[in-house]
Amino acid sequence: MNPMEEKNSERIALLVRDTSSSLPDDVEAAIRSAAEKEADGSSAQVVLNTILDNVALARANATPLCQDTGTLAFYVDASLRGTVTPASIKSAVARATERGWLRKNCIDSIDGRSYDDNCAEGAPVIHYSNSASGVTLVMKGGGSENMSRQYSLPDSALGAGRDIAGVRKCLLDAVVKTQGYGCAPGILGVCIGGDRATGYEVAKEQLLRRLDDKSPDPRIADLEAQILAEANSLGIGPMGLGGNTTLLGVKIASRPRVPASFFVTVAYMCWACRRRNAAREEFQI
Amino acid sequence: MTKLVYPFTEEQVRALHAGESVSITGPIHTGRDKFHKWFADGKPIKVDFRDGAIYHCGPVIVKDADGNWKVVAAGPTTSVRENAYEPAFIAASGVRLVIGKGGMDDATLAAMKKHGAVYIQAVGGAAALSAASVRRVSGVDYLEEFGAAEACWHFDVEGFTGVVAMDSHGRSLFSEVASASKEKLAALLNPPRPSSPALSGLNASTKR
Repeated sequence: MNPMEEKNSERIALLVRDTSSSLPDDVEAAIRSAAEKEADGSSAQVVLNTILDNVALARANATPLCQDTGTLAFYVDASLRGTVTPASIKSAVARATERGWLRKNCIDSIDGRSYDDNCAEGAPVIHYSNSASGVTLVMKGGGSENMSRQYSLPDSALGAGRDIAGVRKCLLDAVVKTQGYGCAPGILGVCIGGDRATGYEVAKEQLLRRLDDKSPDPRIADLEAQILAEANSLGIGPMGLGGNTTLLGVKIASRPRVPASFFVTVAYMCWACRRRNAAREEFQI
Repeated sequence: MTKLVYPFTEEQVRALHAGESVSITGPIHTGRDKFHKWFADGKPIKVDFRDGAIYHCGPVIVKDADGNWKVVAAGPTTSVRENAYEPAFIAASGVRLVIGKGGMDDATLAAMKKHGAVYIQAVGGAAALSAASVRRVSGVDYLEEFGAAEACWHFDVEGFTGVVAMDSHGRSLFSEVASASKEKLAALLNPPRPSSPALSGLNASTKR
């Protein structure tokens, strides 16, 4: 690494620390407002207050707010490609692991051995993109990733056809199936359409959006609000113990499809939605 | 919030009901997949669980400068993987509190009713807080056999928070919430149709 890459690498290491230990303000605000809406003394309120205490403690101590520090996915402004290199990102991740900001969380899928610095081919995940701004890191734990799923319409078991009514059935089915597992309250990132691979990619990218935004497409914005309200009416609640807060947000995008396919892809994110951005100006170019 | 202080007696545990929040103080022991398999294979259990607590947890633990174990993160892991072993373990060990995430099956619920034990849902992901409630790591068993993430760690906890999700009276919040949410979903997807004069007319004529 050259000196510019070194400097950028240290900035990335701090981004890892802050992402791991500090929940985004919009997510924390959503949990706080949910806690106020749950009945006083209910288990739902106790769980949400416990989460808020945990968030404050992790931030104050700069320690991981969840022990599963997850899959690291970096979204990097393509114009930074020359100095925010894969080498500088990997070196940052290795240093962050050494400093205890990340758990040793990277296992070889063939022989089960641990990559103790969390670095290997394909780990961390790095996307260079013209639509990225600065560097954004998302850390997504295994419990939530296991709850992501893809539907292919029509789905006869759900009685879901190839229309928005069918999409709605898939999304509510995903919420019901996730209860008790993906730590609720969670967030749905959704892609309607696309092929199987881009479906998962685009669905996960929706998790980069702030909870207080809405889709610029009014048809989709309405659907986001509808699914959020309907999911929260199911009574599943924080950690699946009952209550009014099952989801904190629903973020949907659509992509064109071929006539033969109609996929609905859900990227489920738990309450520990760790995402953080470092602005382009903070990096050497 | 109900305070539970070790030893967790049968009387104390039978007084708990699903939905109640609890704060736990005393020794708790971690045990997950390899520990339960070890028990099921009939191998000797070194830890005394009578009137005690087992925690489904794979903690992140480091040794500090003085050589003492220090818990960095200690949230719960998913409990369903131990369903096959837990009823026999509850019967044999006399454990009163099973702490984990996501709940367990009907056989475990029945064992809890029979022997007087409860399942406590810890808050998933709240790793920093769970770690902070561990006042001391008093020891570890099976470290060599199972590795650090699966070993039987002995924590002295103070004010460890959870919710009674399965009680000793046969109630499971998870199954209640699951069936209620499925009914609500069915009602959302198939709302009762407003009666339409045309349709009822058609039905009437069909009947004739």
